[in-house]
Amino acid sequence: MKILKQIAQCLEAGDDAAVPPLVSQALAEGLVAKIILDEGLIAGMNTVGERFRIHEIFLPDVLLAARAMYAGMDILKPLLISSGISSRGRVVIGSVQGDLHDIGKNLVGIMLKGAGFEVIDLGNDVGAEKFVAAAKDHGALAIGMSALLTTTMPVMKEVVERLKAENLSERIKTIIGGAPVSQGYADEIGADAYGYDCAQAVAGVKKLAEAVG
Amino acid sequence: MDPFLSRIGRGQVLLADGAIGSLLMARGLPRGAAPESINLSHPEVLEEIARLYLDAGAEIIQTNTFGASPLKLAAYGLEAETAAINENAVRAVRRAIGDRAYLSASCGPCGRMLKPYGDTDGEAVFASFRAQMKALVNAGVDMICIETMSDLGEARLAVEAARSVAAAIPLMATMTFEATARGFFTIMGVTIEKACRELAAAGADLVGSNCGNGSRQMVAIAGEFRKFTALPLLIQANAGVPELRAGLVHYPETPEFMAGMVGELIAAGAAVIGGCCGTTPDHTRAMRRAVDDERRRRGDSSI
Repeated sequence: MKILKQIAQCLEAGDDAAVPPLVSQALAEGLVAKIILDEGLIAGMNTVGERFRIHEIFLPDVLLAARAMYAGMDILKPLLISSGISSRGRVVIGSVQGDLHDIGKNLVGIMLKGAGFEVIDLGNDVGAEKFVAAAKDHGALAIGMSALLTTTMPVMKEVVERLKAENLSERIKTIIGGAPVSQGYADEIGADAYGYDCAQAVAGVKKLAEAVG
Repeated sequence: MDPFLSRIGRGQVLLADGAIGSLLMARGLPRGAAPESINLSHPEVLEEIARLYLDAGAEIIQTNTFGASPLKLAAYGLEAETAAINENAVRAVRRAIGDRAYLSASCGPCGRMLKPYGDTDGEAVFASFRAQMKALVNAGVDMICIETMSDLGEARLAVEAARSVAAAIPLMATMTFEATARGFFTIMGVTIEKACRELAAAGADLVGSNCGNGSRQMVAIAGEFRKFTALPLLIQANAGVPELRAGLVHYPETPEFMAGMVGELIAAGAAVIGGCCGTTPDHTRAMRRAVDDERRRRGDSSI
């Protein structure tokens, strides 16, 4: 479909003025919201994510593309809800307590939305209690935690332990990331997954979503 | 002391200090607190750390003001304390070093994304940096070091803000790069070539790089800078990429390793060499010996 390709291309170019009218046009042409989302917006965002991963484009391009994606989603969201199409699941994300760095966390949020998940972003400086409470309240399948400081990483362990203590670790999975974080640390604290970069974070959440069912 | 820029102009290599944050944590800075809150509560700790680096042989001692611009302090509700936080930091270092070393004011990113990528106006960022620079300059710094920048627009605003407050003060500006298959870029996509051009145009006296992935990569980064600018270079590497081992932070590059890279950094064009995250007074001490060896080797008698 030409219009879907156009939507993806405008999204990739970060043209947030062009995407909404194209989405409306696609609807007028009779395409259903789910197809426009998957093959227009998400397809475009996938390309953006891949080009960012291989350093063909940088943060500014991703942020502009995300804005274009949100502009398109605003139109599709009510239609998706009214037609009873659910998201791939909810994910609670945040930078851990003491950490005010949010670029990495924001990127993961953008890419998760781009992959069809509902994202509840708790922001920065989020404590273990708040992560777990939000995941319970929203029925999230996973908690994604980011740390850029080695000193703040122990909060990740607190979240993993709290989920265990509350017998929630089967229902709510954990995925961690950030510059000082490693697969080794994820193993050490018993986190369910580790994302080296945004792409790996999204792939990890997809796997966790399958595991949770 | 000879003015800093004239020594650099004569081709001397100067040694700057290492990390402050990790030393603050070891002295009880609570998790999640602004590192600059110490400037209000315990300025004597800053004095102690400055003395450690001075004794280790650093010729440039930085202030604990990396995040002391009002925009950044606002994340902790401390923006009203901007002047006191910056002034206290300068005075503490001055008490420790007198005029035995140069006092360099550290200034890092404001923590906000500029329009159109983020929500913050350039004017607000400029005003924020200017408020910090005013406090620093009023308190009597010898030079200013703008560092860890990834957005060139923000870096330029910081340099211009410093210049608007002190037209002639020695001014260094460094950005943080990562290696990609197509060369070095900041996360915002800034090349070294572009950084050289625009930081110089904004009024920086020295340009270069700090933070990042360790000192070996810095040799390549310094070489790349040398291709695009004749300005003296400032290089401050991390002690490698940190890992958490059994709950403790571990930086892989030892003092000996970083000292071993000093010769290559100087050969690549670095005029000021220091340490960023994970470096300690021990790193400074080892690098001091390496810089002295290098000076002797080059017949520079002014050690």
